[in-house]
Amino acid sequence: MTFLHLFWEFFKIGLFAVGGGPATIPFLSKLANSDYGWFTPTQLADMIAISESTPGPIGVNMATYAGYNAGYREMGLVGGILGGITATAGLVVPSIIVIILIAGFLKSFSENKYVKSAFYGIRPIVTAIVLFAVYGIVSQTYYQNGAFAWQVIIISIIAFALMFIKKLKKLHPAFWLALGAVTGIILKL
Amino acid sequence: MVKKLLSLFLAFAKIGVLTFGGGLTMLPLLTREIVAKRKWATEEQLLDYYAVGQCTPGIIAVNTATFIGYSQAGVMGGIFATVGMVTPSLIIIIAVAAVLQQFMEYQIVASALMGIRAVVCALLMHTVITLARKSLVDIIAAMIFIIGIVLSFVFDVTPILTVIVGAVIGILINKFREARDK
Repeated sequence: MTFLHLFWEFFKIGLFAVGGGPATIPFLSKLANSDYGWFTPTQLADMIAISESTPGPIGVNMATYAGYNAGYREMGLVGGILGGITATAGLVVPSIIVIILIAGFLKSFSENKYVKSAFYGIRPIVTAIVLFAVYGIVSQTYYQNGAFAWQVIIISIIAFALMFIKKLKKLHPAFWLALGAVTGIILKL
Repeated sequence: MVKKLLSLFLAFAKIGVLTFGGGLTMLPLLTREIVAKRKWATEEQLLDYYAVGQCTPGIIAVNTATFIGYSQAGVMGGIFATVGMVTPSLIIIIAVAAVLQQFMEYQIVASALMGIRAVVCALLMHTVITLARKSLVDIIAAMIFIIGIVLSFVFDVTPILTVIVGAVIGILINKFREARDK
């Protein structure tokens, strides 16, 4: 039953996450804070890190990881594998259906005035819901077990500031994440 | 036909393995594999697929794979290309997740993850800045953004409903502009 539910939740994400990988974060954050118990907000931060530093589209990676965590809770490793496949299938089925439906009138679709004007409204909304989800993840990382995690906050702010430097901007996220891992080990966080 | 489906699967599995990050980072790779090597689309068609992939629901990489697969071999082609695109993710992520779980209890892994989470926060804040730069193009877009902020922060409205509200506002604004211009 969990797997059917998992498929349905990711089907909805595939249908409503407009704008690729980052747009799925608000939906995953909602799931992390729901009472399904599939994964925690802290696990979501780890999922984002691993999805950014492994091959494959980030949105697909996150769905697989989330499905793995959800399935693992039910029935261990086999459940994890089934969960990963189920969530990923749920995520891509809407894409397949929508794309095949509009493939025939491709050009007229993207130039349709209703589509254009709907997207004019959707884009700022996506920014808002991603900001809300990021706020949730950041506050839960900065404030753990009833106290501010000062070392984490300082590392995070230094990294955030460094990412504004033009030359460093081009570095792959995996580089930053590796740097974070090393810093964490050195400081025994 | 079977050969075509298999080559669609393999081409997109290869792209899936070599893509880090998805979205726009995938474009050079797609151009090389799909346009130059296999000639399944012209560069112009590829950009069209990409543009539509960005304004249809779902993951952009998956949408583009479905498009090219469908154009080459119909519905089955779309399915095979998409399955090819996600197969590397399935294998790699499940392997990483399973391995990581075994080592979670070690202090050194816990420390590394804590450092990683600190950096994830920094990356996510930059993601928001990038999105804001691209989407807050004028004063009306900024106002829609604020509506989205109020709906999520104050009223805790679900992301799905908030996206629908955004689409409706966009269409209404367009109607209003058309009526005004007449």
